[in-house]
Amino acid sequence: MSNIVIHAIYDDEEPLMGTAKTLRSQGIKVKDVFSPFPIHGIDSVIGVPRTRIAICAFIYGITGAALGTLMMWYMMIHDWPTDIGGKPSFAYYMNVPAFIPITFECTVLCAAHGMVITHFLRSWLVPGAKAKNPDPRTTDDKFMMVIETKEASKSNIESILRSGGASEIHYK
Amino acid sequence: MNNYTFTSKTKNITFGLMAIGLITIVGGFMTDHAPEGVNPEDYNHTRVWANILVNSWFFMGIALLATFFMAVQYAAEVAWSVSVKRVYEAVSSYLPVGAIIMFLVLLAGQLHLHNLYQWMDPAMYAEKLADGSPNPKFDEVIHGKSAYFAPWFFWLRTILYLVVWNLFQRGFIKRSVEEDLQGGTAIHYKNMGKAAIFLVFFAVTSSTSSWDWMMSIDIHWFSTMYGWYSFSGNWISAMVTIMLFVIYLKRRGYLEQVNENHIHDIGKWMFAVSFLWSYLWFCQFMLIWYTNIPEEIIYFQDRLHNYGYMGLMWTVFFMNFAFPMIMLMSRDSKRNYFFLLVVGLIILVGHWLDVYMMVMPGTVKGNHHFGLIEIGTALGFLGLVLFVIHSALAKRPLMVKQHPYLEESIHHHV
Repeated sequence: MSNIVIHAIYDDEEPLMGTAKTLRSQGIKVKDVFSPFPIHGIDSVIGVPRTRIAICAFIYGITGAALGTLMMWYMMIHDWPTDIGGKPSFAYYMNVPAFIPITFECTVLCAAHGMVITHFLRSWLVPGAKAKNPDPRTTDDKFMMVIETKEASKSNIESILRSGGASEIHYK
Repeated sequence: MNNYTFTSKTKNITFGLMAIGLITIVGGFMTDHAPEGVNPEDYNHTRVWANILVNSWFFMGIALLATFFMAVQYAAEVAWSVSVKRVYEAVSSYLPVGAIIMFLVLLAGQLHLHNLYQWMDPAMYAEKLADGSPNPKFDEVIHGKSAYFAPWFFWLRTILYLVVWNLFQRGFIKRSVEEDLQGGTAIHYKNMGKAAIFLVFFAVTSSTSSWDWMMSIDIHWFSTMYGWYSFSGNWISAMVTIMLFVIYLKRRGYLEQVNENHIHDIGKWMFAVSFLWSYLWFCQFMLIWYTNIPEEIIYFQDRLHNYGYMGLMWTVFFMNFAFPMIMLMSRDSKRNYFFLLVVGLIILVGHWLDVYMMVMPGTVKGNHHFGLIEIGTALGFLGLVLFVIHSALAKRPLMVKQHPYLEESIHHHV
């Protein structure tokens, strides 16, 4: 039995959402949805797992805070001990209020850049990458649902898609 | 269940708390004596009065900032919060009671029943006594502020703040009830305009009121950050109170149309305003710490080294900054009732302690204890606040009926 890929095109996001719900309730997986704008709530309807980027952000943030602390300790305390605010204590913990803004900035810098870079790498949006969009019309006014399935369930899925309001159905 | 019933069991608890408060305050006046080294004639039960001031300000601040939050929701035409509108209206309804108590505490100072405010003593202002000899009580710094703290000007401001805040709060509540009967968008737009005016008035008076009533305790010191710092502290207390009441009502089976999406949004407010407070607290601290000018640093010297408040000072900061930051960072924790309940209670206690730290070092100085007077007075005020808020909840249906954004709020999804 060979696998087939179904591309169902819709004119609106509402019928697409409805059809996706019907398909999922029958145990048929929706591989992806292409849309000109973000559809609110589509992730849970087609069963996309929750993003883990928040965990990455936390780790990058901690790293940034640690790097910032290390940098300031090396520069201001260790390598060239500095009299901060007329309080020559030469200990990091005694001068910590002066270091807080920089710690914060380093945290934000690392967390933000780390998240962006992770996102680009994970979805492979690197320079020169080929667009993965199967139909350029989905960047304009069409909505597309991609389903990967077995040859045998083709007619069943097609009837669901048609009754859900699909305007075109293509097989690849 | 759209109508909240204030059960007699809950009512009795609030009465019990109020009785505890009353007994402690009366008992405090009878048992509290001047500590060693303080002239008994100058003492005037400072510890009891300082506690009353802490609680007057803290709880009035909750109601006032609930009114502010309400105005923000109207001015920005916020949709999600419509489902919990009656809850923050109820929290704001303590404002008239809190304003009267605040007024009485200040009046007691003007009548010299207590001396929390040094500058209320007219003897401070005269350079020379009647017989021409130098006045030993003369204070040059206070003399320099005599125009701002002239009794007529001080009382004009005080009455203006309290009356105008209350007028706006009453108007919002009145129109909210009218809207239920009338529907349409006329009231909605009226609220929007009134809210904008209130926010402008509040932007100035939230700062000046905290200078007049709180910062003036440390009369020789001033900070331009103080107004925002105390405003943000009151705001987070108000957000937590709103959250705790929403959770309480949900647990009791009310507010069926409020779900974890609304809870999540209130949780975000708690998280964000905690940061706002930490940011302002730290801005005030760091600049004063860095420049180390004697007339500025005295405020933190009193709170860190002079009177033994250091442990409490840092506890307050970490309780109100690091704890909510770590606990409320993730999405799941902002949608979990139990978690929010625990974090909310800790933040509320933390901000009560913050107000304690604003008042105590300037008034009772080294004579601070955590005794029955502190706890009893706070419980008494808590009882009063709970009584007023529960009564307000029971007075009106918990869900509005005709707000233009009601439908959108019910379908709110984040």
